[in-house]
Amino acid sequence: MASAAAEATARASRAPIVAPLVRVAGDSPRPGGAGGGRGGGGGPPGPGAPPPPPARDSRAQIVATLIRVTGDWTLAEDCAQEALVQALQRWPAEGVPANPAGWLMTVARNRATDVLRRAAVERRKLHELAAYPPAVADPGAPDGEEEVVDDRLRLIFTCCHPALALEARVALTLRTICGIPTADIARAFLVSESTMTRRLTRAKTKIADARIPYRVPSGPALAERLPGVLAVLYLLFTRGYDTDGEPAFADEAIRLVRLLDALMPGESEISALLALFLFQHSRRAARRDAGGDLVPLDRQDRARWDHAAIAEGRAVLGRVREDGPYALQARIAATHAAATSVETTDWPAIAAWYDALAARTPSPVVALNRAVAHGYAYGPAAGLALLAEARAGGALDGYPLALAAEADLTARGGDRERAAALFRRAAARTHAEPERRALLDRAADLDP
Amino acid sequence: MKYMMFVCTDTEPDTDKTPEPDIEAWVTENDANGRRLDGHELAPVSAATTVRVRGGELLVSDGPFAETKEVVVGFDLLECADLDEAIEVARTHPMARAGRIELRPFADLG
Repeated sequence: MASAAAEATARASRAPIVAPLVRVAGDSPRPGGAGGGRGGGGGPPGPGAPPPPPARDSRAQIVATLIRVTGDWTLAEDCAQEALVQALQRWPAEGVPANPAGWLMTVARNRATDVLRRAAVERRKLHELAAYPPAVADPGAPDGEEEVVDDRLRLIFTCCHPALALEARVALTLRTICGIPTADIARAFLVSESTMTRRLTRAKTKIADARIPYRVPSGPALAERLPGVLAVLYLLFTRGYDTDGEPAFADEAIRLVRLLDALMPGESEISALLALFLFQHSRRAARRDAGGDLVPLDRQDRARWDHAAIAEGRAVLGRVREDGPYALQARIAATHAAATSVETTDWPAIAAWYDALAARTPSPVVALNRAVAHGYAYGPAAGLALLAEARAGGALDGYPLALAAEADLTARGGDRERAAALFRRAAARTHAEPERRALLDRAADLDP
Repeated sequence: MKYMMFVCTDTEPDTDKTPEPDIEAWVTENDANGRRLDGHELAPVSAATTVRVRGGELLVSDGPFAETKEVVVGFDLLECADLDEAIEVARTHPMARAGRIELRPFADLG
């Protein structure tokens, strides 16, 4: 029940993301050729109307294919958008076509042909469009299917190309693959819509000017590029997970990594990332209290965790054969997910996974988490010793979570007075109000 | 697609001790496969001269002497299918480790 409620909340929260699908750049849809002569009857559905599910899932395919064929990112996005708008207008009255994806692809392709024909340029592109197999005529043709799948992969790798700035990669992925309106992306990244528009335009211009290829790298290049793609998805996910983030981004990140996992089977780190997302996302309903404040792991109502997501995460993790950085993080998350409480958590296992993670991808934050895990597994003194090691060189200076960890370990070691003072110092360095309040509460609990 | 490859020094060169690739071999290979059209090492910046015309007047000066230690020490003109191919050419240049390489595509004037 709890997870059903969470699902409903998640859906409600994505409404503003989905609704602008009916916002269309350019003039009204005017299908050329096969689209048929449709009158102007019936305005576009209200902004609250959800797109038909097949339309949502088809969008990335349409955009990806039209980019490959026309090389024009904006045209591809606009035509996909128009096809979705037509679906919203026509399907309720005419019924959903037998092959919705094919119908949408045809409408989008006809629109692109129309635009290019009217522009009376780019004869080569027109020729290629004309040569593209008519999707409606061959529903589910295996050859066509494979090509479409390839295009989405190409799009992911191009959006996540390292020659683009990291923030541009994330924005381009959200805009082009997920179809999230620029205004919503801008809001999530705390910039104005015009700034985000410029950022996206600059990225598309660089792709064209520097000739960033529309291709999935092969051989050793794939191994080099895949971590960069996964890093973008990870950033996207955490952006949905952050206190002030956009919750729908987490769902988009999961959709994308699911797609990658399906398209590139046998890549351990992709499966591991999917498992990691599923475990973290399983706690979404328990992470906040009624007031919206963050609830730390040890105080979460574990009955509210999404146990279906946990089960799926465990199944996905079962396919992982190599322990890369995401696999190690997923194993840590799986261990937490398997425990009924903090006390019954297999902390020695978690400490060991952190040892492996610290050896593989050393960073101050990993070192901090490793110290905390060892503190639970082997006592506060062991944790404090590793914490001192993690802090050597000043890497964690001023980092409130390091102070909070020291405070927690000190409290469990029995020095309540010192622990309370440390919690107050951590609170003074914390900007997010709910976290700050939680730290002050811990301090007050320790006061005599 | 033509890319101008600026070969630059960098304040933080690679600390990896394995020997750097040989520049002669790099030139020979990329000349042979048609990806390198031209290129040369440049004389030090102490030999640089700046020319400007302002209001019809010719202004010639010594330099510029870059404030930083990151300066262009050579160039290669590449002909590659796309950026990924140019990156593959650049990565095997010895200065990718001893310094850094900047890839600038030719502007599309078509």
